[in-house]
Amino acid sequence: MNQQKPMIELRQIRKSYGSHEVLKGIDLVVPRGKIVSIIGPSGSGKSTLLRSINMLEETSSGEIWLDGQQVNRPLKGRVFEKHINHIRQEMGMVFQQFNLFPHLTVLQNIMIGPMRLKGLTKTAARDRANALLAKVGLADKGQAYPARLSGGQKQRVAIARALAMQPKVMLFDEATSALDPELVEEVNQVMKQLVSEHMTMLIVTHEMRFAAEVSDHVLFMDGGVVVEQGDPRQILSNPIEERTRVFLRKHLSN
Amino acid sequence: MSFDFSVVWSYSQLLLTGLLWTIFITVLAGSISILLGIVIATTTLYGSRIASLPMRGIIFLFMGTPLLLQLYLLYYGLSQVGIMLPAFWTGVIGLGLHYAAYNADIFQASLKAVDPGQMEAARSLGFSRGATRRYFIIPQAVLTALPQVGNNSIILLKDTAVLSVLGISELVLDAQRAISETYRPFEFYFTAALLYYVVNLAMEFMLSIAGRKTEEIR
Repeated sequence: MNQQKPMIELRQIRKSYGSHEVLKGIDLVVPRGKIVSIIGPSGSGKSTLLRSINMLEETSSGEIWLDGQQVNRPLKGRVFEKHINHIRQEMGMVFQQFNLFPHLTVLQNIMIGPMRLKGLTKTAARDRANALLAKVGLADKGQAYPARLSGGQKQRVAIARALAMQPKVMLFDEATSALDPELVEEVNQVMKQLVSEHMTMLIVTHEMRFAAEVSDHVLFMDGGVVVEQGDPRQILSNPIEERTRVFLRKHLSN
Repeated sequence: MSFDFSVVWSYSQLLLTGLLWTIFITVLAGSISILLGIVIATTTLYGSRIASLPMRGIIFLFMGTPLLLQLYLLYYGLSQVGIMLPAFWTGVIGLGLHYAAYNADIFQASLKAVDPGQMEAARSLGFSRGATRRYFIIPQAVLTALPQVGNNSIILLKDTAVLSVLGISELVLDAQRAISETYRPFEFYFTAALLYYVVNLAMEFMLSIAGRKTEEIR
C-alpha cells in the first residue's frame, strides 16, 4: 500500500510571525527510504520547516502529508489533539539540545514512550530499549541518568528514544550542532547506520560534508524559500545559484 | 537556684508521647501541605480561570495572615456557624493549608522553570499535553522544589507547637502539663527544645539523602 506515495510531502507551506513571513510557500518531497537534507544559513527557516512537519510549529497555510495521511487536518479541539498525538508517534524527532528526560534513567527514557503510548509491557519495552542501546553503542549505560552522559552519548540515547516508537520517518533538527567537534562523529555513525537500514530521514544540518555523503537529495534554503535543490554532489560542488555559492564558500572553507 | 533534670526522667513517658504526636502531626500536615501545594500550583498554572481563582485566594489568604489567627478562625470562627471540627483535625488541616500556600508558591516557580524542550520532546513522541505534565513536567518540578519544600517541612515541625493553644496534645502542651505538676519550667521547656532539635536534625539528614539523589539528575 502507498508504495507510490512519498513518505513526506509538503505543499506550499507558509508561516508568518506577525507581518514577518519566515516560510514563503515551501514544497518538499521525501520519498520512502530516502535521505533528504536541508542546508542554509541561520534564520533561513529550515528548522522551522522541519518542526512544522510534526506541528511543533503551526503553519499559516499549506498541506503536510505523511505516508498518505494529512498531518495538518482541519480538525478542532480534542479531535485534533487525538489525531496529532497519534500521527506524531509515526515521526521520530531528534533535537539540537537532546531534550532527554533528566529525571529518568537512560533505559526509562527509551521505555516510557512504548509503554505509555503503545501499550508495551515493561519486559517488552525493556528488551526493545536494550536492543536499541546496543545498536547506538551504549549497552552499558542503561542505568545511568542523562546528566552523567557526554553530549554525543545523550544524542545517541535521544535517537534510540525516537526509534523505540518505531517511526516511519526520522526528523533531525541540527542533531550535531550543540556537540563538541570530537563528539560529532559518533552521532554521525549512528545516523549512517540508519541510512544503511533504509530509514526515511529528513535532516536539517550545518554539516555540508555529512549531508553530501549520506543524502539522496539536498535543498538549500535562504530567506524562507528553497533557493536550489538537487543531487548533493551537484549542489555542493557546482551550485547554479549565486546565493548557494556564497553560502557554500563561507561554510566549506572552514 | 539549681536545675534538677532527674524530675524530667519521671515524666519521660509523657514527653515521648507528646513527641510522637508532634511527629504524627508533622507527617499529616506535611503531607497535606505537599499534596495540596502541588494541586494548587498545577491548577493555578494549567487550570481554567474559574478553577484557579479560589486557589489564588487560598495562597493570598494563608500566606498573608498569621497561623495562630487562622487556627482561631478555623476552630472558634467556624464553630459559630455550626461547623465543629475536632481540635486535632482543625490543627492538622490549618497547619496543612498554611504550608500548602507556601509550597504552592515554590511548586509554581519550579514548574515554570522546567525547560520548554521537555514539553517538545514528549509531545514529539506523541504524549498529550496532560500526559506530558503528568509524566515529565510535574515530576521534574517536584524534584527541583524538594530542598525548599523540605525546609518548609522543618519550619512546619516547629510550628506544630502553636497547636497547643487549641489544647491539642503534643510536645509543648505535654511539657506544660508536666510543669504544672512539678513547677520546673526550665527543665521541661529545655528538654522539649532538645527533642525538637533532634527531630529537626533527623529531618535534615533525610533531606540531605534526598538531595544527593536529586544531584544525580542534574
